Amino acid sequence: MTATLLAGRPAAADAGAATAPTLRVKELSKSYAGADGAAVHALEHITLDFPAGSVTSIVGASGCGKSTLLKIIAGLEQGDAGEVALGEERLAGARLNRGIVFQDHRLLPWMTVEQNVELALHRVEPAARRAIVDEKLELVGLRAFRTAYPHQLSGGMAQRVAIARALAHRPSVLLLDEPFGALDAMTRLQLQDELLRIRQSERITTILVTHDIEEALYLGDRIAVLTNRPGRLAALLDVDLPRPRGRGDPAFAAMRLSLYERFFHVEK
Amino acid sequence: MSTNQIAKLALRGEYALPARARRLLLAFLHRFGLPLALIALWQLLSGAGFISPALLPSPLYVAETVVYLLDSGDLWRHVSASGQRVIQGYLLAALLAVALGIAIGIFHSLDRFVDLLIQILKPVPPIAWIPLAILWFGIDEGAKIFIIALGAFFPILVSTVDAIRQTDKRYVELARALELPRRLFILKIMLPGALPQVMSGLRLGLALAWMCVVAAELIAASSGIGFLIMDGRAVSQADLVLAGMLALGVLGKITDDALRYLERRLIRWRSQFNGLGAA
Repeated sequence: MTATLLAGRPAAADAGAATAPTLRVKELSKSYAGADGAAVHALEHITLDFPAGSVTSIVGASGCGKSTLLKIIAGLEQGDAGEVALGEERLAGARLNRGIVFQDHRLLPWMTVEQNVELALHRVEPAARRAIVDEKLELVGLRAFRTAYPHQLSGGMAQRVAIARALAHRPSVLLLDEPFGALDAMTRLQLQDELLRIRQSERITTILVTHDIEEALYLGDRIAVLTNRPGRLAALLDVDLPRPRGRGDPAFAAMRLSLYERFFHVEK
Repeated sequence: MSTNQIAKLALRGEYALPARARRLLLAFLHRFGLPLALIALWQLLSGAGFISPALLPSPLYVAETVVYLLDSGDLWRHVSASGQRVIQGYLLAALLAVALGIAIGIFHSLDRFVDLLIQILKPVPPIAWIPLAILWFGIDEGAKIFIIALGAFFPILVSTVDAIRQTDKRYVELARALELPRRLFILKIMLPGALPQVMSGLRLGLALAWMCVVAAELIAASSGIGFLIMDGRAVSQADLVLAGMLALGVLGKITDDALRYLERRLIRWRSQFNGLGAA
């Protein structure tokens, strides 16, 4: 097995992202009242660094708090204790320096593709917006659909527009919350490759929450495994597989199997 | 081939209409068949003497009355009187209700402040206001416009508040992630998202405006369709009553169509469900 338990060693971050700050999650805890009134510990003492330019997959059973972790990093939810910092800056509240893609594409149905992307550019002076929208739509291969409305797009296309919107304001971090979970299997594979290509050109720190082990392995430089209630960091694994990765590759398959066995209790 | 020949052939089953003509005929019957059949039945029963003309004049007789009213200019006079009242009262109600509805939808404290008053005023039928309206405004135009505005106001207001309140929470989260300023959130997310339901409220309000104009004119007016109907009853001329009712139906449909056209123009982004079997 090529994965090694990692203790803080920065993963193979691509060159070119050296100037971008590291995202740090320190001693983050979050609990909420469950249905029976007892406290549910969604996250407990999570400490995790996300080196600039790295892709980290966060996996765990559903309900383990991985989406909560992502939303706290996004600033859409608040932790009870601990902190999230980008470089020296302690993060509080949602900011445009973290782009987020939700499981549903969340495009506004009354806006065209380009208007949806432009919505993230309200801080940019109007004259400069068009060029950025063009660039991002080119990046996701949808320039031809700039005047289409979301209901005219397929699920995969809509999610690509959502990625373009998340990247429009040049965030330091791209957060993906099960972005391909609602797509069919073929489209999901396509979009995974698309995401790799996009990341290659944007060189942006990426955090991907998924329940799909194969997706986590295929995309991630590292995999963070969360346990379920309490949500603790069970392991941080380096994925030392060369890219492009083959899903049928023996090393890939072996790593996938070992992940299943170690963390998801699947018999051989 | 003369029409006569075609008819003979058709009776013997040796002539069929071309496919296109048949489709058009079917489409026509699908759309207009029901009212036409009812009118035909009504005419047959009237002609055969089953219906007393004093209670329900035949369709042909009503048609003659409509032509006569059109010729004399009376119908147009009544239609334009009612139409002007509806337009004024309705526009007043639409402007006030949409503006107030948006404000109530956005500001929770305003909602708390006016909610009880609205809840109590809303169930009072506009007709119940007619005596007061006549006391306040006389039997002038003012009273009628007031009643119409009152009738249209509440459905539009309630729809608008609901529409704003139903802003998708997921979009609220998106707006936070994009750091959207409040002004942009209202303009780009809240209002466009509320538009379909506001339009439904506007159409409902229009239907109520037509009801109220008749109610107001039945009681105190010397012109308008409601007056025409009341006048028909006073002189025991049911054909006048029916002509007035027909005018109301047609006007209601035309004005609702206008709003639907506006709705389609404004909400082109929606892929709408038109019922099973719709194209």
